[in-house]
Amino acid sequence: MRQEATIALLGQQNAGKTTLFNALTGARQYVANYPGVTVEKKSGRYSFNGQSTLVVDLPGTYSLTSFSPEERVTQEFLLTQKPQVCVNVVDAANLRRSLNLTMQLLEMGQNVVLALNMLDVATRRGITISVDQLSSRLGIPVVETVGSKGQGCKNLKEEISAVEQLTNSSAYEIDYGPLEGSIKDIEAMLVGTNVSLPASSRWFAIKLLEQDQYATQLITKLCEASVVTELEQKVSEANRCFFDQYGADISDHVINVRNAIIRSIISDALTTKGTGRGSVSKKIDSVVLNRIGAPIFLILTVYLIYQASIVWGYELTNYTWPYLAKTREILSGFLPAAGFIEDPYTRALGLWLIDSANTLLNYVPIFLILFALIAILEDSGYMARIAFILDRILNRFGLHGQSTLPLILGGVFAGGCAVPAIMATKGIPDNRARMATIFAVPFMNCLAKVPLYTLLLGIFFVEDKSLMTFYISTMTVIFALLVSKLLTKTVLKGQETSPFVMELPSYHVPTIGGVLRRSIERTWVYIKKVGTIVVAVAVVVFTLLQFPGLPEDRMQHYEAQAVVALDKFQSKVAGSAYENLASEAEVVGLVNFYNDYRRAKLNAKGAAASRKVAKDFKARNAEFYAVVKPPKGDKDAKAASRALRKLIKERNSLRRDLKEERLSSSLLGAIGRSMEPVTQYAGFDWKINIALLSSFAARESSVATLGVLFQQSDSENASLEERMGDETKAGGATALLAVSMILFFALYPPCLATTVMVRVQTGSYLWMVFSILFPTFLGLTVSSIVFTAGTYFSLTGIEAMSIVYFAALALVIAIGLKSERTNSGTLINNRHSSEVSL
Amino acid sequence: MSDDRKQRSAGVALFLNDVLPGQRVLVKKHHSAGAIRQRLMDLGLLADTPVDVVRTAPLKDPIQIQLDTYNVALRRAEAATIEVVEIN
Repeated sequence: MRQEATIALLGQQNAGKTTLFNALTGARQYVANYPGVTVEKKSGRYSFNGQSTLVVDLPGTYSLTSFSPEERVTQEFLLTQKPQVCVNVVDAANLRRSLNLTMQLLEMGQNVVLALNMLDVATRRGITISVDQLSSRLGIPVVETVGSKGQGCKNLKEEISAVEQLTNSSAYEIDYGPLEGSIKDIEAMLVGTNVSLPASSRWFAIKLLEQDQYATQLITKLCEASVVTELEQKVSEANRCFFDQYGADISDHVINVRNAIIRSIISDALTTKGTGRGSVSKKIDSVVLNRIGAPIFLILTVYLIYQASIVWGYELTNYTWPYLAKTREILSGFLPAAGFIEDPYTRALGLWLIDSANTLLNYVPIFLILFALIAILEDSGYMARIAFILDRILNRFGLHGQSTLPLILGGVFAGGCAVPAIMATKGIPDNRARMATIFAVPFMNCLAKVPLYTLLLGIFFVEDKSLMTFYISTMTVIFALLVSKLLTKTVLKGQETSPFVMELPSYHVPTIGGVLRRSIERTWVYIKKVGTIVVAVAVVVFTLLQFPGLPEDRMQHYEAQAVVALDKFQSKVAGSAYENLASEAEVVGLVNFYNDYRRAKLNAKGAAASRKVAKDFKARNAEFYAVVKPPKGDKDAKAASRALRKLIKERNSLRRDLKEERLSSSLLGAIGRSMEPVTQYAGFDWKINIALLSSFAARESSVATLGVLFQQSDSENASLEERMGDETKAGGATALLAVSMILFFALYPPCLATTVMVRVQTGSYLWMVFSILFPTFLGLTVSSIVFTAGTYFSLTGIEAMSIVYFAALALVIAIGLKSERTNSGTLINNRHSSEVSL
Repeated sequence: MSDDRKQRSAGVALFLNDVLPGQRVLVKKHHSAGAIRQRLMDLGLLADTPVDVVRTAPLKDPIQIQLDTYNVALRRAEAATIEVVEIN
């Protein structure tokens, strides 16, 4: 059998390349990133006539130059990996523009098979294409395909395997007229070096004359320095002469000559009847893009996404959570049983890991819906329109029209999630705006910030709750815009930018298969990428919480108390029928049995399930069951049951005390304390510090940690609000402190999962660290100023919040108006820069 | 308006940015360089290509143009670098 063949799939965006890729490879796909860039690398396999073929789906490009990362990746792949066949997917409805890439591939000397896609759309528009003409003019096989229906795949595979056999294909040569002399000169110089080039010397000569960055770099690397200098001189001289003589750049001349050939091919192979120019798209656009329709449809769309994914998705988690809870039950059954006051490490760590993973998996339904909706928006063509509508506002803050979607996902209204939001920044073509979006998104209202806000508003702002809620939910957009402006003007200044020039594709009805596939694919990436890291960090946080542990004498103190509690229980059941259950050996099992039973009862839905739980537990241990659920008339069992409940209550209280003491003496507690000198200006004591630190692992845990820290004593049964309120108020806490906390939480670094996503999307650990440090610094500064100044001027919480809110709002408006002026300034500059004629 | 027209016919350059929706012009010259220039040409804004200005975005910027059979959105800043001529 022959070695596995590699083929590359190339084409412009919206040519239906991805759909064809899916049709070719089915489910056997792998997604990775190209080293150093965030361009996605997709590959898959298929088998045809017993020959296995690797298909690499290259990013969508219009031409083979070195101006965008996508183009550089494509060029590099073709030159270094040398695929046996290039399948060039072209949009039959836009053939003229598509052939630009085809010609460049042919000139490079690639074996090309043309996949004439979306012929159905072209036919509907009255375009007839002569496949034979096209094939003979280009000298390559042309296959008609309808990717969305999987039509033409077999033919395509046949042609691919036929072309695979070809070993020496001569490159397509275009006569560049007056440039030929220079091309021949440089070609001769390249041949003279005896260096083996990854493409024809003619192709390199043309690329060098066009002053293509990648080709120039490659030659610089391959050839000797003296030759390189000579070549450089020759190229710049040729460019100067050509410009003097013909008044045009060489690169423009190349494009024009190539395009003239394309026009002649088009006029031979294509006939157009009538002007059916995508009239449906035109009609839709005239409604959704007009001054009145645009905002209505935009708000409606955003609202629908929010409603369907966040609201309904959240409701859906009510149905999926029991399954996760059940999984936890089953898995915890494999762990060693709980001790009386202290659990074995393996159990504690195991449960901690399962809980961390469950928190993450709980969001899966939300993501599935969200990603499906985004896929629909993208495939339908409306996403490009959203960018078109909002680009002007966002551009003023360093963002891009296509930043809208990430910002929506991040949580414009009540809650979103920064993880999918940062994933969605991938589509933004302008690198600086993309980076700005990545760092702005975590300032939006993430779902998990809400519980802490609710808690603090419930304690300190009972009267002003609605005003505060309004402040918090709208403040996020203001902060996000300000941050992106600040970063664009500072750390991101040097990042590459590209203009907002994008195609508004015709509207398409998305295919169900395509939408589902993308939704599942992206959710899976989320689970895989985020899951592994969250679990890893859960271990670290667990360790920080557990060690160094309690000193011997404190442990003895708790053990002694446990003995007292056990003694009491034993004395109560002494002499009854259940005396033997109170032995040291049995009692821990009994306590665990009771807890397991209670949990199982809670998880059981409906009478039948409840009966089944009862039956199962009775079968597990009939004697234990009698104490847990005393049968009618059994007085001994009743008394034992009462004693058991009292014992469990005491045990719980002991365990809580132990946990708190361990937490405060743990490494994390020490860190929280060591931060007090800095955080005191923001009003945070060590307990709040710990809560904020632990919220870094997952935002949800901040409220849980606060719950542990503000323990409730046995007698009272107050809610966390009341307890925290009493304790903090007794300690001098005010609504001002709450404002300080809210502001810090709003500006606080993204959770761990998000920072991992930052790493994935920026491709750099440095940016990941930045995404943690910058908001921490910003949050602490703002909170400290507000708390310190607020204390000095004795402001109330609501006063402080109002001042911050309106100051930020005023700043946003000022910047928005100011940027308008600078923008029109650059516009004039552009007009006079680099006067090069076509 | 009439002044404007006089100026244009007197040879003052017209840029794509100045063309009103509904009008058709021919691309004459690119005044940008590098990646922007390449991208505009890749999208088919080549010399002597007819361009229809379809509409402006609700907030006046960017603008939507039609080339051949497809639509392209671009910011006014970029449109201002494309010199065009009116079709008589």
